[in-house]
Amino acid sequence: MSAYSVTEPSKVSKWVAGLLVTLYAIITLLPLVWIISTSFKTGPDSISYPPKVFFEPTVEGYVNLFTTRTRPAVSELDTLPPPDGLMEEIARRQGTIITGPSRFAERFLNSVIIGFGSTALSIILGTLAAYAFSRFKVPLKDDLLFFILSTRMMPPIAVAIPIYLMYRELGLSDTHVGMILLYTAVNISLAVWLLKGFIDEIPREYEEAALIDGYTRFQAFRKVVLPQAATGIASTAIFCLIFAWNEYAFAVLLTSGNAQTAPPFIPTIIGVGGQDWPAVAAGATLFLLPVMIFTILLRKHLLRGITFGAVRK
Amino acid sequence: MATPSIDRLARATPPSLARKVRGLSDRAIAWIFVAPTILLLLAINIFPLIWTIRLSFTNYAANKTNAEVKWVGLKNYERILTDEDIWSNMTTTAHFLIWTIVLQVIIGFTLAWLINRKFKGNDLLTTLIVVPMMLSPAVVGNFWTFLYQPQIGVVNYIVEFFTGIPAASFSMLGPGGLAPWSIIIVDTWMWTPFVMLICLAGLRSIPDYIYEAAEVDRASKWRQFWTITVPMVLPFLMLAVLFRGIENFKMFDMVNLLTGGGPGDETLLTSIDLKREAFEKWRTGYSSAYAIILFVTVFGLASIYVKALNKVKER
Repeated sequence: MSAYSVTEPSKVSKWVAGLLVTLYAIITLLPLVWIISTSFKTGPDSISYPPKVFFEPTVEGYVNLFTTRTRPAVSELDTLPPPDGLMEEIARRQGTIITGPSRFAERFLNSVIIGFGSTALSIILGTLAAYAFSRFKVPLKDDLLFFILSTRMMPPIAVAIPIYLMYRELGLSDTHVGMILLYTAVNISLAVWLLKGFIDEIPREYEEAALIDGYTRFQAFRKVVLPQAATGIASTAIFCLIFAWNEYAFAVLLTSGNAQTAPPFIPTIIGVGGQDWPAVAAGATLFLLPVMIFTILLRKHLLRGITFGAVRK
Repeated sequence: MATPSIDRLARATPPSLARKVRGLSDRAIAWIFVAPTILLLLAINIFPLIWTIRLSFTNYAANKTNAEVKWVGLKNYERILTDEDIWSNMTTTAHFLIWTIVLQVIIGFTLAWLINRKFKGNDLLTTLIVVPMMLSPAVVGNFWTFLYQPQIGVVNYIVEFFTGIPAASFSMLGPGGLAPWSIIIVDTWMWTPFVMLICLAGLRSIPDYIYEAAEVDRASKWRQFWTITVPMVLPFLMLAVLFRGIENFKMFDMVNLLTGGGPGDETLLTSIDLKREAFEKWRTGYSSAYAIILFVTVFGLASIYVKALNKVKER
């Protein structure tokens, strides 16, 4: 038994607090649960009223997400040979036939390429700059650091106007390279600020000992600082990745086909006749799931990431 | 055994000695390390910004590249600042900004205060609550249009279920004046956890002995809350408001997907209006001036606010 403490909340107050927070958590997660469950509904089930809480699950939404289909006349449908494979069978059940793959897989892959590409670049450039800001006297250091942060205050549409013109001149419009460079430029401020915080926490003495042992500055950076900063670098990388993954404004304005990512694409998913909500929900579920998992992995560094390192726990 | 001795040796060594060790000079390394970042920012942030400033004095239209570009001086700025529609968009943005901040601060602080009771399972619940703010605002906006569908939407159903107001009698995103509140609800749903997390950090930073001392002085719980808890969390809360303020002033993605500025101009935030001017009407010169005005506004407001924040911190 621990001693009585005045700062320890009473049992009742703990119980009430737990109950209220649980209630909030349930309400706040309801929209997400609804989207995930909608992705397993049939078209008619998804828009029935009153809304269906219990339903027979189907993967129609996912099949529709990855395919394009047409709806032939009923008489024509009857004359077709039996369905070939599970996807075709599910499409046939809705009275449609598959005509080809949809663009979702491509757009998803673009999100992966651009997300990882810009994250890698942000981390490489960001770690180098953060190390320099942390350890050396860089002239105008505070001004530079503030300048790097202030780039985040620009409304994305304001930045998009000249970028659009510039990319058009340089042939970078709608290319992976163009989007990777752009997202890196946006993410670098976050990366530098976060990584500087993490590197500041590594005692200088370790490097100085290494320098005395005959390491060059660069070797000391690579063999002493980098391994120590690994956790910080990993969580910074996840933040950069999530930003690039979620970004919409630049993607919708600067890409149209080749390099388009998933966020501008998902809202354009329409089925045969009207918006296909189970397919949209399936796309949203597949797209949001990785971020939900990362959030759980990141929970210890979350606060630091979202406040640019201004608040550390 | 080995590490402490190296530590001691390192501490005893003056930094100037370390700097003389072979390899590139520290100054050179500093520049080599910082240069790529600065170059990238110059190319993709500063150069475009200067270009925008230049364009803002012209009548350039990006879809008519062959047309003659005329220098129009301050005319674009004059037109924007005297345009009543723009002021009405600013009002719409201010309404959105103020209400989202008020709701998020109240709910976020309350949640943090409850979670700080350290009941069993508070870690797990915190992680669950935080999920919405990590998601793509565009995809979030898109799926809320589904939840907000007129007549058959889940939100309408829930309202009918609890209040008896017929689901078919109102529309969350349609005409009837609800749309500005609908976007506030979604933003609050998404970003309350952000304010909550920062408040929680603030609450956890208050050392127990302050409360113990207050208890010895027989200060009531109510008094402790207002004289210890609130002032000590305030700098954190103000930081959260700064972040939310800047983000929501720039708000584009979620609202663009949810309402696109409609119905009519009811939810036409400045960012969405700017997008229409720049990428639908292609008035590039005009919208460049618009962009500069927005940037100066957010930068100015943020600077004033940061000064106030620093004063609070000093107290």
